[in-house]
Amino acid sequence: MSKKKEIVALPESKVQSVLQEIMSGDPVRIALSILLGFFIGAIFMVVFNTQVVNAWSNFGADPGLAFSSVWWTIQDGYGALFNGSIFDTTSGNFLDGIRPLTETLRFAAPLIMAGLGVALTFRVGLFNIGATGQIMMGLAGATFVSTRLHMPMVIHMIVAVIAAVAAAAVWGMIVGILKARTGANEVIVTIMLNYVATALFTFFLRQPGLLLESNGGGTPKSDHPDSTAMLGSLFGSGFNLHYGVFLAVIAVAFYWWLMERSTFGFRFRMVGHNPSAARAAGIKVENTFVWALALSAGFAGLAAANQGLSLDGGLTTSIEAGIGFDAITVALLGGSRAGGVVMAGLLFGAFEAGSASMQVAGVSPEVLGVVKALIVLFIAAPPIIRAIYRLPKPKPKVLEPVKHSAKVSK
Amino acid sequence: MKLELRNITKSFGTLVANDNISLTLEPGEIHSLLGENGAGKSTLMNVLYGLLQPDSGEILIDGKQVNFASPGEAMAAGIGMVHQHFMLIPVFSVAENVVLGNEPTGKLGLLDLNAARKLVKEISDRFGFDIDPDAKVEDLPVGAQQRVEIIKSLARNAKALVLDEPTAVLTPQETDELMEIMRGLAKSGTSIIFITHKLREVQQVSDRITVIRQGKVVATPSPKASANELATLMVGREVDLETKRKPAKLGEESLVVKDLTVLDDRHQQMVDGVSFSIRNGEVLAIAGVQGNGQTELAEAIVGLRKIHSGSVVVAGNDVTRSTVREALESGLGYIPEDRKKDGLVGEFTIAENLMLDGSFTAPFAKGVQIDFAKRDEIANNLIEEFDIRTQSAETLAKQLSGGNQQKVVVARELGRELKVLVASQPTRGVDVGSIEFIHEQIIEARDSGKSVLIISTELDEVLALADRIAVMYRGKIVGIVDGKTSREKLGKMMAGIAA
Repeated sequence: MSKKKEIVALPESKVQSVLQEIMSGDPVRIALSILLGFFIGAIFMVVFNTQVVNAWSNFGADPGLAFSSVWWTIQDGYGALFNGSIFDTTSGNFLDGIRPLTETLRFAAPLIMAGLGVALTFRVGLFNIGATGQIMMGLAGATFVSTRLHMPMVIHMIVAVIAAVAAAAVWGMIVGILKARTGANEVIVTIMLNYVATALFTFFLRQPGLLLESNGGGTPKSDHPDSTAMLGSLFGSGFNLHYGVFLAVIAVAFYWWLMERSTFGFRFRMVGHNPSAARAAGIKVENTFVWALALSAGFAGLAAANQGLSLDGGLTTSIEAGIGFDAITVALLGGSRAGGVVMAGLLFGAFEAGSASMQVAGVSPEVLGVVKALIVLFIAAPPIIRAIYRLPKPKPKVLEPVKHSAKVSK
Repeated sequence: MKLELRNITKSFGTLVANDNISLTLEPGEIHSLLGENGAGKSTLMNVLYGLLQPDSGEILIDGKQVNFASPGEAMAAGIGMVHQHFMLIPVFSVAENVVLGNEPTGKLGLLDLNAARKLVKEISDRFGFDIDPDAKVEDLPVGAQQRVEIIKSLARNAKALVLDEPTAVLTPQETDELMEIMRGLAKSGTSIIFITHKLREVQQVSDRITVIRQGKVVATPSPKASANELATLMVGREVDLETKRKPAKLGEESLVVKDLTVLDDRHQQMVDGVSFSIRNGEVLAIAGVQGNGQTELAEAIVGLRKIHSGSVVVAGNDVTRSTVREALESGLGYIPEDRKKDGLVGEFTIAENLMLDGSFTAPFAKGVQIDFAKRDEIANNLIEEFDIRTQSAETLAKQLSGGNQQKVVVARELGRELKVLVASQPTRGVDVGSIEFIHEQIIEARDSGKSVLIISTELDEVLALADRIAVMYRGKIVGIVDGKTSREKLGKMMAGIAA
């Protein structure tokens, strides 16, 4: 009998190849995963709806009602999602009707920005789950500038955004340097730094000399940011949408240019697909990791600015709102491409915006959590299962050389 | 079992992959199917194995016509197939793999693993496979995994075995073992279809040879045919396996390696005080059995591996402590020995692969942006010049055949201004036509005044290209001899016996 091997942890190269396969983002598989997620979500709604259960226990008396109750439950639930996230069909006028869409955009913006950050590292072959910590550090930077420094309109806001991006980028760079210098696994380092960053931000919020609100007490909470630093409202009262959505548009455009057009992106992708070929082509793979993680965290910093500079009132750590983790899902779902991340961010933004009205319609908002989780599971599961059993990938088709160039018969 | 394929035709769109192909396999016969990549060998075998349905033509077993709608039916009829990529589950044992899908069951329908073990042991002993039924497949060397595949077919009573490019993944030693096994199987009555494009193997084992080219049977030469004859049939034109060379016109020394010592990842001394120099217009080949430090030597010259002591000078620039990028920019071109690992990004297009090491500067970069127009123009020129067979520059590298992939690497390195070319195993796993082409390109580089370092374990290749030959053994150079040195003498040197 040969030596026994345990299938406890996959070697890092395996993690990379799994990641790569998940990232290869077959659109059909993603679309099917979303559909299947919604389908199973519908089952949840139906099974846990007391009216449906009652109707089915009286199936013999009225089978029509049993079936129609299923239909109505699903229609009510997802209808409420639509009304809450896209267009409110119950409202009288167009302006009120369109309000849910602006809410979706508002929720989607930070998800898209942080999602782009995670997506960038995915394409370099790194699994960065440190967006949470990077957002925390970005928040610290944004909050310091917006509450402690005082500047004119617009300039204050721009400085605050830059501070958020810079603080986050430095935090991300630490991961890169640790990985490049010591070979530390970025997954573990980013998880750990998430805790450190959250604690650090809380600590800053408690320090009167740093971020604690003036005349503040024991709760870690900041002052209200200066109005000069705020991302202003876009459509005035009645709408919550603010200029953060423009930050997201800029971020998407920059990400697309960086990854698809620039030579940096070319090298990032090269390292992501085949680090040893990149090395042989003269690329310093370790340095690439450092820059990629710093840039990635910069995107998270934009999300932090969006959060920290838009709230009427003092900040606490809760402003992070789980964006750092949802960003991972958004990046996965979007296949790490600019367009995909936008679509995925909008979907998740719609979930956030619509969950309240679903609750009103009598559907537990956790159903949406289930749908989200299932979508990720369906996308990520096949490569992971293949990796655990070390099954070969489905073979890529080798093209038969069709073009026989004239040179053959020389 | 007598197996006949009659007038098989199969087309995909406008491409006729198999055009009226007929082939007979007698009991106990080894029938080689010889053809270049893309000649239609695999299509034909997929038709036989029920994976594809032919457009016309028929399959006969012992004179009776059969129709296979699926591989299961082909297997049931006694046809076994060993694919180039093994269909094994790495974490399962040999016995488990062999019975997978056809499990012997005992009481209560439980898996009878003992029966499976006995079956494997019995087949393994009968043919001298030397396989432990309890070994985990992932712990076995590639050659043994292949034997597991063969056992799998035999366990299902295969009377005719199809081996699809079985030697592509094997070391020379494992290849010899496989040839031995094939002969043993044939002697016991199993017929074998042996698909390959390697001439030497065909000459070694075949009872009969069928050559196909562009979907058609072009000849059924005698098993005694010479390598040149077979190559000519396969490629469809005169192939001269000897590369023609003008006498070297020597210039100044562009690559000087002095007292080079290199350690591997475990701090073993892999290159031990190696010195040589190459002049412009000259090819120096490093010969030697794999694992005698050649790989590390090449990596050290390029800057991929740290140099412990000694020096490397490229065109007057000391690159001993340089990064890879600096070495490349000083005029060094590098063809790595493992193109899939170090030479290409499979997920990138051909155009992207052709700029892999050119992303920092013009012509590929315009500031920090890629100059797409320029990139595509260069790509199309190189595809034309280096005869890369592809539909477009946007085809992914992983979709190309081995020979075309290697041409992409060669085109990239020779496509820019070079002073020195370092080529490690430049034609490993490449078809005959591409070997000839790549050798021509290398000689052309030499004739245009570049210093060329070839590292090859193939003596044929060394003799075809080298002006001088340095033989490496255990990290040291045994001797540097003339390019016309006899095989016998080189063989001795490769075993460490100084000239």
